[in-house]
Amino acid sequence: MENSAGLLRELVAHLRQNRTQLREEWVRRIREAKLLTKMTDEEIFSEATSVYDNYVAVLETGSVEALQAYARDLSERIIPRGVETHEVLGIVLLLRDVLARSLFKKYQGDFELLSRVFDAYEPAANRIANTVGVSFVDQRERVIRQQQQAILELSTPVLQVRERLLILPIIGVIDTHRARQLTQQLLLGIRNNRAKVVVVDITGVPAIDSAVANHLVQTVEASRLMGASVIITGLSSEIAQTLVTIGVDLSKMNAVGDLQGGIEEAERLLGYRAAPAEETKAQAQQA
Amino acid sequence: MRVPILKQYDYLVASIQSVLSDEDLLLLRDDLTERVGQYRSKGVIIDVTVLDLVDSFATRTLRAIAHMLKLRGAETVIVGIQPEVAFAMVQLGLTLEGVGTALDLEEGLAYLKQPLKGNLRHAR
Amino acid sequence: MPDETHVAIASATDIVTARQKGRALAIEMGFESVEATLIAAAISEVSRNIVEYANRGEIILRASRNGARHGLCVVARDEGPGIPDVAQALQYGYSTRRGFGVGLPGAKLLMDEFDIISKVGKGTTITMRKWLD
Repeated sequence: MENSAGLLRELVAHLRQNRTQLREEWVRRIREAKLLTKMTDEEIFSEATSVYDNYVAVLETGSVEALQAYARDLSERIIPRGVETHEVLGIVLLLRDVLARSLFKKYQGDFELLSRVFDAYEPAANRIANTVGVSFVDQRERVIRQQQQAILELSTPVLQVRERLLILPIIGVIDTHRARQLTQQLLLGIRNNRAKVVVVDITGVPAIDSAVANHLVQTVEASRLMGASVIITGLSSEIAQTLVTIGVDLSKMNAVGDLQGGIEEAERLLGYRAAPAEETKAQAQQA
Repeated sequence: MRVPILKQYDYLVASIQSVLSDEDLLLLRDDLTERVGQYRSKGVIIDVTVLDLVDSFATRTLRAIAHMLKLRGAETVIVGIQPEVAFAMVQLGLTLEGVGTALDLEEGLAYLKQPLKGNLRHAR
Repeated sequence: MPDETHVAIASATDIVTARQKGRALAIEMGFESVEATLIAAAISEVSRNIVEYANRGEIILRASRNGARHGLCVVARDEGPGIPDVAQALQYGYSTRRGFGVGLPGAKLLMDEFDIISKVGKGTTITMRKWLD
C-alpha cells in the first residue's frame, strides 16, 4: 500500500515526464478561455513554463514559500499590464484541471488508487491556487496604493525655484486629507531644501471650508517653527472671507496679490533684491 | 540629564541630546540664565533636533527661557524642530510666539548675527 | 502585543514614559510615524493634566476594535479633584499663557474619539481613541 508521500512523488514524476505536452494543453486552454489577452504568446509561454515548474515543485516539497515569492514576482510584472485577479486565479485553476485530467487518465483503471491519488493531489493543488491568488491580491493592493501615493505626490509638488525658496502651487479642490498631506510635504520640503521662504499659491483653489482654512493657518505656523516664512498668493475674496470667518487676522498673514508678486516679495526677504523702502533710503543718502 | 552648553564667541549653543524630562528643562533654564550672565552672551541657540515631541510644558518653558534671557540682553533662537514635531505642535495649538526659530544650527547663527531688520525675523 | 499596558503617573518623568510607550505601541499597531507623534502628544497632555491637578493617576493603553477597524485606546484615570465644568475646560483653547495644561482641548483635536467623565471630589477618567486608516 503506497502512502500519501509516496503517491505524491509518483504524481510529480508523471507531471514532470509529461511536462511539455501538459503545458501546451494548458496554454491552449488559457487562450480558449480568453485569459491573459494582454500578454503576447511568447510571454504566456514563458510564464506558463515557470508557473508549471513551480507548481510541480510545490507539489513535491509542500513548501509554499518559493511559490509565494514567485507569485509576488509575477504579480509585480503583470499587474502594471492590466492583468486582473480573476485571470490569475483562472489560469491556476485551469492548470489544476489540466493536471487532474492527466492523472485521471493515468489511474482510471484502478478506482481505489485513483481515489487515493486525488486525496493526495487535491489539497495540495487547492493550497497552491490559494497562495497564488492571495499573493496576487496583496501585490495588487500594494501597487494600487503606491500608484495613489505617486499621484498624490505629483499633484502637490513642492518646487524649488531659487536657493532657499520653495513654491507650492495648489490647484483644485482640497479636502482635509489632502490639506494634511500638503502640510506634511511642505514641512519635509522645508527641511530637505533648507527653505527660508515658501510661496503658497492658491490661485487655482476656488474655495475652501473652515477646516481646510485652519490647515492653511497651521501650515503657516508650522513653517515658522521650522524657520521659514510663508507668503500666500492668489487669495481670492471668497477665501479671504472664509479665513476672516474662522478668526484669522489677515494682517498677520503675509498675503500678496499674485504669484509673481509673491516671488518678488520672497526674493526681497531673501535679500536677492532690495526692498523699495531701502532703495529710496539709499537714494536719499546719495543725494 | 544635563544639557551640554557650548560657547561660540558671543553665543551659547545648548544641544539637547535626548528626551528631556520636565526637570531637565528647568535645569536648562537655570543653566542658560547663569551662563548668559557669566559670559554676557548676545544670543542663545537651543537645538531640539533630537526631540520627537515638544509638548505644552516644553513650549511654555522654552518661551520662559527666551523671556528670561532677553531680560539679560540675549536673544534666543530654537533650531531643529522636525516636520512631524512642528505638525503636532500646531495641531495642539502650541506656538513659540516671542521666540525666534530657525531650521538648524547654521541658520540659527545667521539669525542671531543679522541686525534687527524685521524682514526675516520671526519673533513677534 | 500585551492586552493592556498600564503606566502609573506620579511624577513628570512618568509623562515621558507614558508617551514613549504610547508611541511605540502605536507604531507597532501600524500607525504612521506622524500619527504616532500625535498620539504621543495627546498622551503627554493628558498625563500632564494628571500630574498637575491630581498628583497621581494612571494611563492605560490598549488595542481597540470596532468591526473591521483597529485602533489604539488611551485611558487616563485619576482620583483627583475632578473638573467642575468639563465644557469650559475643553474650551480654554490654545492659550499657553494661562499656564494650565492646555492638554484637554489639544488632545481632543489630536484623537478621533474623546470622552471625559469627571466628578468633583471623585476624579476624572478620559478615554480617547485613534483609528488606523
